Amino acid sequence: MDQKQINGGQKSPEEEQLAQMELVIGKIMRAGVLAALAAMIIGMLLLLVHPVSDPTDFPTRLGPLLVAVGHFEPMGWMMLGLLLLIFTPVLRVIVSIVAFAKIHDHLYTTITILVLVILALAIAYGYHVG
Amino acid sequence: MVTQTLIMILTGIVAGGLGSILGLGGGIIVTPVLTIFMGYDIKYAVGASIIAVIATSSGSAIAFLKDDVLNLRVAMFLEIFTTLGALSGAILAGYFHATVLYFLFGALLLFQAWNMWKKLRGAKSDQILTKTDPLATQLNLNGEYYDKQAKEVIHYNVEKVPGGAAVMFGAGIASGLLGIGSGAFKVMAMEDVMKMPLKASSATSNLMMGVTAAASATVYFFNGTIQPLVAVPMALGIVIGSTIGSHVMQYLPAQMIRKIFIPVVFIMAIQLIMKGMAVFN
Repeated sequence: MDQKQINGGQKSPEEEQLAQMELVIGKIMRAGVLAALAAMIIGMLLLLVHPVSDPTDFPTRLGPLLVAVGHFEPMGWMMLGLLLLIFTPVLRVIVSIVAFAKIHDHLYTTITILVLVILALAIAYGYHVG
Repeated sequence: MVTQTLIMILTGIVAGGLGSILGLGGGIIVTPVLTIFMGYDIKYAVGASIIAVIATSSGSAIAFLKDDVLNLRVAMFLEIFTTLGALSGAILAGYFHATVLYFLFGALLLFQAWNMWKKLRGAKSDQILTKTDPLATQLNLNGEYYDKQAKEVIHYNVEKVPGGAAVMFGAGIASGLLGIGSGAFKVMAMEDVMKMPLKASSATSNLMMGVTAAASATVYFFNGTIQPLVAVPMALGIVIGSTIGSHVMQYLPAQMIRKIFIPVVFIMAIQLIMKGMAVFN
């Protein structure tokens, strides 16, 4: 920190605040990744107890996936973990919108919302086609 | 099944470590191991590869809450183009023959490997752009980072924003179509086109890959291309590998990163060109 000041890294209060927000983004990301890993590890442990007969039989729709998770099926928990992992970058985008809004950076709040809209469209397309 | 799972975890550790050091998604290691050594269908290799990309990108959050090197504004601005590209790529994937694209992108990567080799022999270190670009200034894209190697804050400017955005759109298409992180193209857009320092480009690319891959990963997830028995042990290994890799990365000099980067890009280029050649057989 001292080093930065010595070298003349004069950050504006907004930039300092954004750096603080990036720390919050990191914490939320870490929680998201840990949740995904936990579900994957539970799935792997369930697999040791209940080996699957058909490796190609796994849920890809939200309804059957939740049912499989409820029944503690190994494939269900593994797929839940993968889905949570896929959503961690989306989580980062959502939290970044809040971060930019908090420092009143309207340009970047708009830009990041636009990224989220594109991601939502992609997810909707994926689910619709799949 | 236990041996196979252990191999998947090990592959993941190697892919994750190299991926985070080089700013790549780790898909280059995942795809050949699964297809050549384990006899998996390329379809499932691509599904596991896109998970590898997200695990490398998001997994770094385990090691670091905050990456001081990355530029969040550059990342979010350019993600407009990568996610649009990934969405277009995912839609096109249903209609397109991807083998032709393997060939084209392979050729482009050969150029990149050559370009980096040329730089390695030429410039001693990163050239910091001090000239100001009106569009980059308007978009507030210029940044700074604390270089642990040089022990000083590096202030840098970027330029040629439309060119960088165009390359990013292409990188997004490649990601959506082929299930790759296309980190090499992202680094190329930021470093070669926009003149961002290599370390900042690599770190920003790592964040962007996850967001880009999320767009196409949902398509692969919902159509059943992502095999949990392959992707889950792989993802677990990658998180371990990228945690190690991201700790090492900050202390490596730019030149050394480049030296590791060149053969990786070259191998990737040959691999992609060979896939493209299959069209003519």
